[in-house]
Amino acid sequence: MAEGRVVGIDLGTTNSLVAYMQGDAPVVIPGVDGSNLVPSVVALDPIPAGGGRPTVTVGNSARKSLIETPERVIYSVKRLMGRGLEEIHDELKMFPFRLAGDMEAGEVPRISLGELKFTPSEISAYILRQLKRNAERFFGAPVTQAVITVPAYFNDAQRQATKDAGRMAGLEVLRLVNEPTAAALAYGLDRANVGTIAVYDMGGGTFDISILKLRDGIFEVQSTNGDTHLGGDDIDNLLLTIALDEIHSEHGVDLRGHPGAVQALRKAAIDAKISLSTEAAAHFDIELPNGDRYQREIPRSVFELLIEPVLERTVSPCKQALADAGLTPEQIDEVVLVGGSTRIPAVRQLVDELFHLGARGKKPHIELNPDEVVALGAAVQADILAGASKATGEMLLLDVTPLSLGIEALGGTVARIIQRNSTIPASATEHFTTGVDGQTNVAIHVLQGERELAADCRSLARFDLKGIPPMSAGLPRIEVKFLIDADGILKVSAREQRSGKAAKIEVKPTYGLTDEQVESMILDSFDHAEEDFARRLLIEARNEAETILSAVERAPENPTWKLLTGEEQGAIGSARDQLSAVKLGEDVGAIRNATLALDQATRRFAELMMDAAVAGAIRGKTMETAGKELGDEVTAPHPMATAEFK
Amino acid sequence: MLKVMDSAVPIACWSCSIGHNDSTLFCPHCSKIQPPPGGDYFSVFGLEPRLNLDLTALEHEFHRLSRKVHPDRFARAEENERQWSLADTALLNDAYRTLKEPLHRTEYLLKLEGAEIGDEFAGTNGKDPGRAPADLLEEVFELNMQLEEMRMARKTGEADPELQAGLEQAKRKFDVLLEEVDHDLHTEWNKWDEGDAAARKKAEKAMVDLLHRRRYLSNLVRDVTETLGA
Repeated sequence: MAEGRVVGIDLGTTNSLVAYMQGDAPVVIPGVDGSNLVPSVVALDPIPAGGGRPTVTVGNSARKSLIETPERVIYSVKRLMGRGLEEIHDELKMFPFRLAGDMEAGEVPRISLGELKFTPSEISAYILRQLKRNAERFFGAPVTQAVITVPAYFNDAQRQATKDAGRMAGLEVLRLVNEPTAAALAYGLDRANVGTIAVYDMGGGTFDISILKLRDGIFEVQSTNGDTHLGGDDIDNLLLTIALDEIHSEHGVDLRGHPGAVQALRKAAIDAKISLSTEAAAHFDIELPNGDRYQREIPRSVFELLIEPVLERTVSPCKQALADAGLTPEQIDEVVLVGGSTRIPAVRQLVDELFHLGARGKKPHIELNPDEVVALGAAVQADILAGASKATGEMLLLDVTPLSLGIEALGGTVARIIQRNSTIPASATEHFTTGVDGQTNVAIHVLQGERELAADCRSLARFDLKGIPPMSAGLPRIEVKFLIDADGILKVSAREQRSGKAAKIEVKPTYGLTDEQVESMILDSFDHAEEDFARRLLIEARNEAETILSAVERAPENPTWKLLTGEEQGAIGSARDQLSAVKLGEDVGAIRNATLALDQATRRFAELMMDAAVAGAIRGKTMETAGKELGDEVTAPHPMATAEFK
Repeated sequence: MLKVMDSAVPIACWSCSIGHNDSTLFCPHCSKIQPPPGGDYFSVFGLEPRLNLDLTALEHEFHRLSRKVHPDRFARAEENERQWSLADTALLNDAYRTLKEPLHRTEYLLKLEGAEIGDEFAGTNGKDPGRAPADLLEEVFELNMQLEEMRMARKTGEADPELQAGLEQAKRKFDVLLEEVDHDLHTEWNKWDEGDAAARKKAEKAMVDLLHRRRYLSNLVRDVTETLGA
């Protein structure tokens, strides 16, 4: 089979990554700026004067627009994936998602980005397309198949929304893999593991716990649990809320109405959180629009007290997962930590206590970078699916469904047909009949969740069994087969047994996009044109070169330029000349290398500008000046570059 | 009795066209994956229906078959093979999940033998406890009184150590009764596995009663545990 590579993608709340199997080890593919992490931030560029198609920026270069033009940027969109309008109210309180105004109940929510509106799947598709392009640039060949990771506790609708996003980005999603399981694959690759491991995965927006048994290359998930709305974002929001409240009460300045200032403050809160993992205290020192300074020291002890309720919410999922697996903490041989939030010492302390690690002379596994381990595991699974690989030929992942599947029964109760933690694929067959003579339709309501009442469970789909031959009540015997596939997504089929007729079933998802809608949202068919692939790579490389060159041309006008040493200015100049010399040639590699070199040379300049812009936004400088100073080059600052507020 | 495992009319393999019996996941001739076979859960593992199973061997066979049939092995295969891999693996997983659990296995075998046992015997969300076993009527009545008192006491916030101790004692008693049921079930398993048709029918009837009793007892124990832990 002449298929290309299968890549593994971690589509994260905060950052996304793409990785592949290089020989017998998974490797993350860096983006054009050399960074492994692509921030899950999408910005809609200003529509060119005189019309034309708007373009979308993803990642580091979109991040800076958070402060300049917050109304054209979206982040943490994973929190909205597969969710209905009425489910997302809490998110709207803490995140600057702007819902389109013209939506009806039952519709997939759409987010305003500048002049346009997008579904969460479309936003995710832009991120996926960027990762696809990064991989194609890296291989110099088209990439059309991928494994994408999802939180283990994602429900059917959230999984389907992720798959839809892949399709819109021009990727055939060969498998959705649960994030903690992927992490276990990454860890399990280099050792002949036998034993029981727990994966504690606390990312930007989601928390998962999975317990697996490893034996002879088979990774068999025993149980999984979690919270799809719990993560580092919640900690950032706590710090942000405190800062906003204190600034309001102590200085009489309400920044809540200023999205740019809130974003700058949010960045300061994230920096503080990160520094508190290594330092005893973090400092806020921010100049306010009225000239006051907001100065605040947060000792680690105060921070830990503050986040305790957030961390506490991970305890009961862990205990439930242990109980479902029929295991005690002592029976867990290894614990793996995944996700950026597990860098917080208080989280490690909690995990130690939950699994009695220290008491048993054990330590959790942190050898692999917690930001990258899920993508690495996705690459391992991609290699398993591609087949015929020595490194992964003996490996097999047997995952489970995180939530029970049920049907609404009389009185609004739920009849469970597939229990949670069943190995997938899993199926159940149920029989239905009619209640009235001559009835030709039977309505079925499928739910996901653990509660006793249908109203408390997540509604997956309502569908009608149509075309039942008219018979006396109770006589038709309709067999409905529910099958949860290896992606954790439900498929339903039915047939009427007495007449032998295959009943025509219409499955209407309670939430989610129809096939036609997904089809219409496929990003651009240009991505499918493999024949002009080489041409496209060249054009893209030249475009990148042009963008950075024009930004560098304007750099000396920027006051920040004077902060560079003569040596640094000289290095930028020669890198610029080198790129100008090769940019019109046909050698994609040479153009790309020269672009990367110029990018490296201007990195400090970009960081200085970012700091100036952050400080400017807080001081209430106009967006216009901030935008002018920042320019629009691809030389983006590192996501977590420390901001200095002077 | 013997289950009919090999269908009288062989089914032709879709790939090599050679006929084979219908209870195999793979064609014995060309090794290609086949549509889900029509046999029971035991036959998926090449077993005759029986109640005493070697769980280590079952797990080993589950893993061996999973390696061959799992959709991960067919990610880039043709559409028909991918569909069969999905359906076969669902069957394999359903079969393993049912057979590895003693109560699910017992319930499944009884249904297979046509015993009238209703639904949700081993299930956890059976809400209707059914009728109390005759020999336990008095104790169940007393226990329910104690449970009611305990719930009332909880509501008013009063601690009643005597009541607490009484409930804990009752729980221990019912735990012992549960163990007895499990022991009796094992005895019937042996009778069924070793016995002739008549002995099997007798064992089936005994097992249906034992499952009823077991469900009733475990619901009681659950109620007591919940009330004590509230």
